[in-house]
Formats: sequence, structure tokens, C-alpha cells
Amino acid sequence: MIPELGHFALVLALALALIQATVPMFGARRNDPLLMGVAGTTAIGQFCFVALSFAALTACYVQSDFSVLTVFENSHSAMPLIYKFTSTWGNHEGSMLLWVLILALFGAMVAIFGGNLPDRLKANVLGVQSWIAASFFLFILLTSNPFLRIADPPLEGRDLNPLLQDLGLAIHPPMLYLGYVGFSITFSFAIAALIDGRVDAAWARWVRPWALLAWTFLTLGIAMGSYWAYYTLGWGGWWFWDPVENASLMPWIAGTALLHSAVVMEKRNALKVWTILLAILAFSLSLVGTFLVRSGVITSVHAFASDPTRGIFILGILTLFIGGALALFAWRAPMLKQGGLFAPISREGALVLNNLFLVTACATVFIGTLYPLAYTAVTGEMLSVGAPFFNWTFAPLFIPLMVAVPFGPLMAWKRGDLLGVAQRLIGAAAIALIGIAVTFAVEGGGPILVPFAIGLALYLLAGAATDLIERTGLLKVPVRTALARARGLPRSAWGTAFAHAGLAVTLLGIIGETQWGAERIADVKPGQVLSIRRFDFQFDGMTNRQGPNYHELAAHFTVRHGGDFVGVMEPSKRSFPSRGTDTNEAALMTRGFAQLYLSLGDPGPDGSIAVRLYYKPLVLLIWLGAVVMAMGGALSLSDRRLRVGAPMPARGKAAAMQPAE
Amino acid sequence: MRWLRHALMIVALLSPACAWAVQPDEVLSDPALETRARVLSKELRCLVCQNQSIDDSAAPLARDLRVLVRERLTGGDSDQQVLDYLVARYGEFVLLKPRFAWHTALLWLGPPGVLIGGGLVLLLTAWRRRRPEASPAGREVEVLTPAEEARLAGLMQSGQAGDR
Repeated sequence: MIPELGHFALVLALALALIQATVPMFGARRNDPLLMGVAGTTAIGQFCFVALSFAALTACYVQSDFSVLTVFENSHSAMPLIYKFTSTWGNHEGSMLLWVLILALFGAMVAIFGGNLPDRLKANVLGVQSWIAASFFLFILLTSNPFLRIADPPLEGRDLNPLLQDLGLAIHPPMLYLGYVGFSITFSFAIAALIDGRVDAAWARWVRPWALLAWTFLTLGIAMGSYWAYYTLGWGGWWFWDPVENASLMPWIAGTALLHSAVVMEKRNALKVWTILLAILAFSLSLVGTFLVRSGVITSVHAFASDPTRGIFILGILTLFIGGALALFAWRAPMLKQGGLFAPISREGALVLNNLFLVTACATVFIGTLYPLAYTAVTGEMLSVGAPFFNWTFAPLFIPLMVAVPFGPLMAWKRGDLLGVAQRLIGAAAIALIGIAVTFAVEGGGPILVPFAIGLALYLLAGAATDLIERTGLLKVPVRTALARARGLPRSAWGTAFAHAGLAVTLLGIIGETQWGAERIADVKPGQVLSIRRFDFQFDGMTNRQGPNYHELAAHFTVRHGGDFVGVMEPSKRSFPSRGTDTNEAALMTRGFAQLYLSLGDPGPDGSIAVRLYYKPLVLLIWLGAVVMAMGGALSLSDRRLRVGAPMPARGKAAAMQPAE
Repeated sequence: MRWLRHALMIVALLSPACAWAVQPDEVLSDPALETRARVLSKELRCLVCQNQSIDDSAAPLARDLRVLVRERLTGGDSDQQVLDYLVARYGEFVLLKPRFAWHTALLWLGPPGVLIGGGLVLLLTAWRRRRPEASPAGREVEVLTPAEEARLAGLMQSGQAGDR
């Protein structure tokens, strides 16, 4: 009964989506407020039905209803409740349902919070959004129905893939989808603007919060995925330039570019055409990512995307939306009026430069990811493009970009003073030089690039602070005044500083992890001690344990630092009888921003076991930087100017007024 | 979505024995040679895996390749000779960073092409904007509708009151 209810709710959602996709847009053409008003109601209704459908599927998983095919294939009655819950989206069908749930959620949010949008814009945005939703509802219903029943229900399920039995599954996919799918709204806004043929600064102001929201979640989602891979895959890597990772990185880079160009559009009414194009590109890349991951073109080992109709169906959706959007863009964009002019050396110019580098970075990932596929399709030969290629091409792109980052917020609009800004950044440069000198002195030999990379990170950090220090007048006025000014600064200024500082923090983490880490690979016998960077690991022996749905062989290590006991680490190997597979559970110990990482290999015949041991200095900064960036996004989002329907600002804060950005 | 990919890949690779890449018995006694071997391993693809280097992969074939790399290095090969040997034996597919050649020109020149092309377009636009008569956008004056004027005035007012 419950699965049928879910199935039926999904069909109803499709029906509502079709109404929402046609009636409001027709109303917008006829200028009929009644027909346009349908959009809001249907968007909320559509979300309710998808939510009901999703809840029904979740109920099937939580109750271990093995008469439902996907539950049978991806769940087990002995699993802990949390994994029963998360296994709802730990498979193709369920994850697509999560995808449309979030799509509908964004539609409903526009309906609820978009109170001050002009009727026509709102109707068109929700209409376009619903075209996307309708095509994905059809995709699910026709090729990936999660509610299919089995005639003879088995007693036990085949279990969720053990690697997915992790808290990461509860956080990473929803976050990632909130980001990925969130860009559908900016896409819909762009298409609606093109349909209407009118784009102005107000449009940018309405779009920015949605872009920020999606970007913030995507940042967190990618970071969470990276950390999950790091602790779960057992060899301590955190970014693999894997096509699936690249699929999430491309919309992130395009989204970052979009955030920046939307600022120019909002403030100066310039870069309109370009911002529209970026909004289209960001979601197009999300669709490409969905296609790459869901169709199975890249992952031939992938067990579940074996059905070629799915790939073709998504390719059809992809072609329709990307092709349609770009065609509409080519037709309408020349009609859009050019906005404000600016000199090349100006805030606008800096943001254009930012966009140039980000788009190049995005193109690099795109070319690198798709080249092997295209090459095989054309020549029939195989070619690999992996991490070494991306590392090679990314560094030269990101170094100049990072040097330019602190200049942006300090530059004046319209016509800036490059020399003046450089002088204001002298403090940051001095800090960077000190950092380079100190690193150089401590390092002695080693790669020459490392001190400069550290210098770059410090310069970025200090550069982000420079803007805040100047605007609050810290160091010049009494601390109390500076504090009062700091409170009065627009949140978006804080957001910018945080996001830029986050970049620096991540860079520091990357340098620390890749350049200063240590690794040991060895066989150890009970009683033996293994040392790394003044940490001593004494192997005490192995123990067998029984988990809820697995057996576990855990190794017990006592860790001492310079002779003092600091803790116990227990890496283990789990075997899941239901699937006949094993997983490797690395043990991690955090020391400040550094981590000790211990994972097990094969046991020897003499009671010894192979271990891989890492000391990873500053490694946590990699993800902490992403969290700081996301905080920047959240701060910027909380800026009153961006909140839709914000009340009139309270008087009396004028003391904190600053010259316009 | 990388979790699904990695997960399935790992599951496919790790059965029956669950282990990670470089094994203790593979490690060379000479640290300099071992470092070179590790650097080379990161550039070489595990042929049976999805986008994993032999340094990361637990597949038996990756182990064979790692041992082979170390044998060649102990035999006195330079890094380039090792790579050449593997390419001759397994084809260019084994390299994670393809060599620059006609068939990879688009891959290698694409990114700098975008950067330089984009930069040129920007320079050109900036140059054209300096001469307003050449640019139609320079002449056009945007006129706001009365509704927009009112809205703008409202926004300016709320802006002046302190949040900006």
C-alpha cells in the first residue's frame, strides 16, 4: 500500500508539474494575473506530493519492506536504523527521487519567499523550473521507478553497499544536491529573463541569494564528500580528480563565477549578457554531471547504470535543456541592452578577470573529463586523463587568480587605482614575505615552491583582513569605534572576507598535507613499535568483534608522543557476510589541525599485520577552509539587502556607514 | 555522487582480499629509489581500474606494475626510460598525464586557448569602449520607466538608511 501511495503521489506531482509548466507561462503572455497565480500554488503542491512520495519510499526502507525491489537490493533488516534511513538515497532510483525532491523544494521556496518578485518573472521562473521537474519526473517514472514490487517478496535484503554504511551518506548527497540542483533556480531566472527580454540590476539582486544558497551548499557538499573519501577509502587521499568529483566541481566553479559577475550586474548594471550565460552554464554543468554519474558512460564497472535507456533519456533531457537554453540565449541576448561602462582597472575589471580565470579553470576540468570519452568515441583508442594532468594545469591558473583576489574588494567601482590598491596591500605583502622567509629558513632544502605557496596563502588571508581593517578603521580609531563599525558593516563585506580567507585556509591545508606529511608502510608484530614524527605506535594485538551486521577484526595501537601517552587507535577490517565484501576502517587521531591516519593491510601468517601510517599536518584546514567559505556564503546571504521582502532597516545604525563598495 | 562510484569500484576491486595499495614487501630499501618509484607510480594508471593510479590501487595488476617499475629503477633505468618502457608495453593509456602530441593537442592547448582567447576578447572590448563612437552601447542612454524610477528611489532610500 505504502509504495503504491508513493508511486501515485509521484504521478500526481508530474501532473501538477505539467500544469505549472504551461498555465503560468501562458498567463504571463496574456498578462493574466489569475493564470500567473497558479504557479505559486502548484509549486507548493508539487513539493508536497514529491515529499509524500519520498516519505513513502523512506518508510519502505525503514520498515525493510523487501517486496519493493530497490529496498530488497539495497537494504538489510539487521542494519542500524540510521543506515536504513539513508539507504533510501544510496542507490540510483532513490537518489533520483532525492534530486527531484530538492528541485521541487527550490520551486516551493521561490513560491513562498518570492513575494516581491514581479508577477510575470515569478510565473516564468516557476514555469521553467517545472519543465525541468516534469522531465525528471518522467525519467523516474519511465526508467527508474523506485516503487517497483517483487511478486515473491524475499525474506531478507541484499544489504546496502558496506562502504555507504557511513554517516557520510546522511550528509553528503543531500548537501551536494542542494547545491547542484539549487542552480536550477538561477537557470530558471535566466531563461525567464530571456523569455521576457528584460534584464536589469533588480534581476541580479533577486538571483543572487539563490546563487549564494546553492553555492554554499555545494561548497559544503563537495567538502563533505572529500572528507568522507579521505577517511573511508583507506589511502588518505582527499581529492582524486575523478570524473564524478569533477562533475560536482564544474558547477561549483561556474557558480563561483556567477556569484561574482552577479555582483557587477547588481551594482553597476553591467555584464548582463555574461551573467545570464553563466547562470545557464552553471545548471547545464549540473545536468552534465548528473548525466556523467547517472548514465554510466564513465563508469563501466558501475553495477547499476546497466540500463542504456536511462543514459539516453538523461542525454535527451540534457540536450533539450542545454540546447534550448543556449539557442534562446543566442536569439535573445543581442537584444539586451548593454549596461554601465567601466575602465579596465576597476572593481568591475577585477571581477571580469576573476571570471576569465574561473571559466578557464572550469573549461579545463570539462576538457580533461570529457576528452578521453570523446577520444574513444572518435578513434576507438583509449586515453587516460588523471590527477597529474589536472594538477599540472590547475596550479598555473589558480596562482595568478589568488594573487588577484585581494585586489578585487579594495578596488573602486568604475575606475580604480591599481597602484593605490597595491600600496594598501603592502601590509599583506609584508606578512607574506615574512612567511616565505620563515618557511624557507625552517625548510632548508625541499621544493622551492613551498615557501612561496605559504606566502601566497598568508597574503590571501591578510588581504581578506585588509578590507575589513580598512573599513572598520581598526589600527586608526579607538577599538570601541572600530567594533561598532564592524557591527555596522554590511554582512556581504564580511561574507567576501570570509570566503576569500577560506580559500587561503584550504590552500594552507593542501600545502601542509602534500608537502610536509610523512608516511610509513610496514609489517608489525604484536609488541612492536612503529614511529613517525616523534609519535610512537605500539601494536598491542588484534581483537575480533561483532557489529550489528558485520564481523570486525580490529588492531589495537597505543600511541605515545615523545613518550607521553596520547591515546589509542583501532583501525579495523570489517566483513559483511550479506554481500561477502570487506571494508577497511582507518583510524584517525586529530592533533590540532594535523591528523594521524592508520589503516590496515593484510595479516601475515606469523601474527603480524601490514599497516599504512600517515602523519598529515594541517590536513583539517583543507575542509575547514571550505567551511569558512560556506560561512562567508551564509553571512552574505544574511545581508538584509538580499533578503527578499526585508522590513525597513532600523534607524540609528548610520554611525557605521561606510563609503560605498 | 562520487561515493557510489568509488564504492562500487572498491567493492569490485577489493574482493576477495581487502587491502590497500603499496605493500610492505614492495618497498625498496634505497629511499631515493623508493621516492622515485612512488612519484612514477602516481603518474601511471592502473589499467583495470577507473581512474586510479597504481600507487592508489589495490588491484593485483597494479601491484605487478609497481613491482615492475621498481625492478626497472633498480636496474638503472631513468624515470623517462621506465615510462617509455611501460608505454611501449601497455600503450599510452597507462599514462595519467597524456603526452603532448597531435592527438592530445586539443587537451593541452584547450585551457590556455580559452584563457588567451578570453583575454583577447576582453582587451578588444576594452579597446573598443575607449572610443565611444565605435560602440553602439556607448551612445545608447537607458531610460527608466516611471515605475522603475519609483522603485529605484525606494531602493536608494532603504539603502541610505543604514544597511549599506
